[in-house]
Amino acid sequence: MSVRRPAGWTALAAAVAVVALASLPYVVYANVTNLLVNLFILLVLASMWNLLAGYAGLISVGQQAFIGLGAYTVLFLAQGGVDPFLAIPAAAVVCAVIAVPTSLLVFRLRAEYFAIGTWVVAEVFQLVVVRFASLGGGTGSALPGLAGLDPALRQAFTYWATLAVVVASLLGVYLLLRSRLGLDLTAIRDDEVGARSVGVRTGRAKRIVYLVAAAGCGAGGALLIISQLNVQPAAIFSVRWSAYVIFATVIGGVGFIEGPILGVVVFFALQQALADQGAWYLIVLGCVAVAMALWVPQGLWGLVSGRFDVRVFPVGYWVHFDADGAMARVGRLRRRLRGRPEG
Amino acid sequence: MPLLEVRDLTVRHGQLQALTGVSLAVEAGETLAIIGANGAGKSTLLRTIAGLHAPAAGSVVLDGRDVTRLRPHRRVAEGIVLVPEGRRLFPSLTVEENLLVGAHRDRGAGAWGLARVLELFPWMGERRRQLTVQLSGGEQQAVAIGRALMANPRVLLLDEVSLGLAPAVVRRLYDLLPELLRSGVTVLLVEQDVSHALRVADRAQCLLEGRTTLEGRPSELTADQVEAAYFGLRGAVAWSG
Amino acid sequence: MVWLNALIQGLLLGGLYALFACGLSLMFGVMRVVNLAHGDFAVLAAFLALPVIDVLHVPVLAAALLVAPAFALLGYGVQRLVIQRSLDVGPLTTLLVTFGLAIVIQNGLLQGLSANSRSLDIGPLASASFRLNGQVSVGTLSLLIFATAVVVLLTLQALLSRTAMGRRIRAAADDQEAARIVGTDTRHVFGVAAAIAFATIALAGMAFGMYSSFDPSIGPQRLIFAFEAVVIGGLGSLWGTLAGGMVLGVAQTLGAQVDPSFGVLAGHMVFLAVLAFRPAGLIPARVT
Repeated sequence: MSVRRPAGWTALAAAVAVVALASLPYVVYANVTNLLVNLFILLVLASMWNLLAGYAGLISVGQQAFIGLGAYTVLFLAQGGVDPFLAIPAAAVVCAVIAVPTSLLVFRLRAEYFAIGTWVVAEVFQLVVVRFASLGGGTGSALPGLAGLDPALRQAFTYWATLAVVVASLLGVYLLLRSRLGLDLTAIRDDEVGARSVGVRTGRAKRIVYLVAAAGCGAGGALLIISQLNVQPAAIFSVRWSAYVIFATVIGGVGFIEGPILGVVVFFALQQALADQGAWYLIVLGCVAVAMALWVPQGLWGLVSGRFDVRVFPVGYWVHFDADGAMARVGRLRRRLRGRPEG
Repeated sequence: MPLLEVRDLTVRHGQLQALTGVSLAVEAGETLAIIGANGAGKSTLLRTIAGLHAPAAGSVVLDGRDVTRLRPHRRVAEGIVLVPEGRRLFPSLTVEENLLVGAHRDRGAGAWGLARVLELFPWMGERRRQLTVQLSGGEQQAVAIGRALMANPRVLLLDEVSLGLAPAVVRRLYDLLPELLRSGVTVLLVEQDVSHALRVADRAQCLLEGRTTLEGRPSELTADQVEAAYFGLRGAVAWSG
Repeated sequence: MVWLNALIQGLLLGGLYALFACGLSLMFGVMRVVNLAHGDFAVLAAFLALPVIDVLHVPVLAAALLVAPAFALLGYGVQRLVIQRSLDVGPLTTLLVTFGLAIVIQNGLLQGLSANSRSLDIGPLASASFRLNGQVSVGTLSLLIFATAVVVLLTLQALLSRTAMGRRIRAAADDQEAARIVGTDTRHVFGVAAAIAFATIALAGMAFGMYSSFDPSIGPQRLIFAFEAVVIGGLGSLWGTLAGGMVLGVAQTLGAQVDPSFGVLAGHMVFLAVLAFRPAGLIPARVT
């Protein structure tokens, strides 16, 4: 019997992909890389939400709290003379730090009310931020510090920064899930009470995930203000971010690292298709997401992965039995949002 | 024709096979006892008959009618009522409310109603407005049985009535059985306590690991046969003559 | 005396918030469903009232008698067709589905109507007030809404504790499986509970529409207020919801006295304080 975690091909393909993507600013016009910037930011945010929902079982509709906080951290530091690009990691750290007392509050809520709790937190963050006139108050502010840069160069830097963040996020999530914490999370996902009874520190595991997700969303917010060159509180703290991210991930597949990737691509395709239709694309997207949650809870990736037994980011274990000449493979991928048998 | 028949029932819990090819038949007015050790599948059998589990194979037939596809509340309308393991009374309802919620509008006409249930358990009358959590185990079991009777069942399924109760209390509960039977109820009961089961039953059936290992009238079964069937000792499987 | 007026206004506002919250509390207490579209359905009810009033030329209060039953039917349908299905899929699917509904409703209203603010015109009632002992003025509308909230809560309590359906709802809320084996069609019962909840949502939405203006995007804020009232008051207690609503209302009006833009934030802070120091709420109760 052998235990394997095949990731060799993925690592190679990923390295090739990253190199190819990094060279894009030399190859294509800025409008392509700008589109990719938006796609990658959404992918970061979606991966964070997926980590929370698919692995820690925490449905949050308030991650925009940290998106906004990250953006405003960059604004604050830029106003103080710091290079906005260097402020990106600072934004992530600030969000992780603020997430600590926040988690103490929202984790007091039972699972079902946790979602609204996160929404309240986002509203509170917004209401607090707009009280600061120096940060632009209710109307928002432009981002200083990048005016001197040549636009093409700035967009290229923005693209590379975004690429770095998305690679770091996906890699971070992947490594986290392959670690001991990831095993704890899978145990929690399967049976929280059972996990606790064998000593898994469920509270701590969830809290760590919440902090990581806050940091990731903070980085996403930082990238947003850099790519947009300004920030508006109503927009950056809007629940629309949660909507985009949740719909994309539900469509792609909650609980799979590949899910948000697929989902964000579908989301963008839909957005391009319905670009001139005003609020329609959110309506269509919402309906599609609701339908998927009800009838295809494993998402598109779950469908593909289940049918063809494919995994790009293997985080489960494959146990190979060699018994009496026959090989039986037992995959250990559980989907949290699957139905349970009757009774 | 038997009132209740179970044919070749196979039930799975996820990857665990709880029942394999179990069959039984109960005539109207009879009392059938299902005995077996913990995990033998007895509760699963009753719960499947009540409609809480969908079998992977096999059928449940009431009075010649296949009810396998019916959901639990529809089975109550047909007359199959389960008194579940652990009582499962409603904690935010009083004794009286628990009884009333057991009544079913399609089964109003019959021997049993609130008045008769309160006659059966005289102490219940004065405690009818209390919350059930304030009752003792035996009293709660009585309320659970009363609740089931309110639906005028044709087949009453009793799941581990003796669980957690003092022997004297269990004896008193089982002494009620004849009156239930006189009112036309057919009883299918599940018990770990073999002595009580065999004392009141017309016929008994033993389950082990989801399969029937013994059937017969209590008077015809020896202690050795029962023990072997119950524990599966020496691989001996005895069938009644 | 502005402070006393603000206090009274806050207490009465609590009635409106309690009216909002009881639907949310009911659906959670019975079915463990947190309807993230709660606020948006309320806004939908207010928007629905507009054509009813315009086309049928009925006064606003009479329109409520039409909209509420319509919403009860809507609630039954949404519960049985959408929410029940999501409950069958998994524990957290309902959150996703109701969130999706919230976004669809918001954007549907935005797309179909406009982002403009509307309100339900109740003529002179909107600003009518009367004076208590010369110094204190009480808004008539606020008082009416508070009275309505109390009546609704009393009716709910009576429904749950004295009727056969109420019994079945409580039983299904206690133990779904046991309810099924005593013959209760839990899906239907949950549908009825949702119908009742949606009727209260309609009333709350219309009340809010009379009290202040509404637009397609205001749903989430209503949801948050309802939720805060429930948590402050104590999960699972209908009258606790009234208490919670009043605390929230007072926090907001007193906060607004300090600084007009501080009102909502003050309410949030009180909510967070309750969450931090007394998470069970002011009047925690096991039974609804």
